[in-house]
Amino acid sequence: MKNTGTLQVTTPTDREIMMTRVFDAPRQLVFDAFTKAELLKGWFGPRGWSLAVCEVDLRVGGGFRFVLRGPGGREMGMRGVWREIAPPERTVHMETFDDYPQDSSLVTGLFVEKDGKTTFTATVLYGSKEVRDIVLKSGMEHGAAESYDKLAELLATAEARSA
Amino acid sequence: MGYGQSTSAGLDATFAALADPTRRAILARLASGEASVTELAKPFAMSQPAISKHLKVLEHAGLISRGRDAQRRPRRIEARPLADASGWLEGYRKFWEGSFRRLDALLDELKTSGKKKRKSRPYKKRGNHR
Repeated sequence: MKNTGTLQVTTPTDREIMMTRVFDAPRQLVFDAFTKAELLKGWFGPRGWSLAVCEVDLRVGGGFRFVLRGPGGREMGMRGVWREIAPPERTVHMETFDDYPQDSSLVTGLFVEKDGKTTFTATVLYGSKEVRDIVLKSGMEHGAAESYDKLAELLATAEARSA
Repeated sequence: MGYGQSTSAGLDATFAALADPTRRAILARLASGEASVTELAKPFAMSQPAISKHLKVLEHAGLISRGRDAQRRPRRIEARPLADASGWLEGYRKFWEGSFRRLDALLDELKTSGKKKRKSRPYKKRGNHR
């Protein structure tokens, strides 16, 4: 199950979303790509979106500021504060979206290297189940088609994980 | 907030039902066609009452229903709640997968340019056993 390119998303508890993705690169590189502004600009944002603003002050207590610009000039801003930085294995930060200024989430990023590949795991802890569900649903707007194929996929991954 | 709260309770039931490996295995089996309780119990080292308990949870979540045949009472999978659940996570997955594809390409670039620039300065490796 260590193939790259398959992003797993699960909901380990009511208030969490967990993402796991394998990258075919040593973890120092992956860590840099997640924490250096000049590298983040090269990839961060879903299809059709790019970082119009990207500032990172990588120190505990320091912050970051992202503004994603998407189709039709739509903008989505977010900011965060670093709580823990342990290169190249772990980061913890608080993050807030401009659209929901009262709701922050705690994001723990883990980078584990094996055989030259890096498994990245992000666990996002939301203030409440309601907020988490809104986040998941707004993701759904970005093109989730419901089909039997996906059902098969879901079952296959669920099965593989439990095997 | 009115953000589709009607499906929220349904999703809770769906995810609670999916949280168990036996129930997921039952669903995987039913995805390939309906089956009786006896047939479903076969691959598991479990009593029929134990299987029935799992079936009740799945039925309650609307993930399975009972077929017509009164004697076999076959169970079959219900697509709708599963489609809701997979669509729900799938949207979030898609959101990130777009970014990560680009990151794959960027990392490839960094790997090759890194090799050229510095003479493979090895990264400090710790505890890389297993």
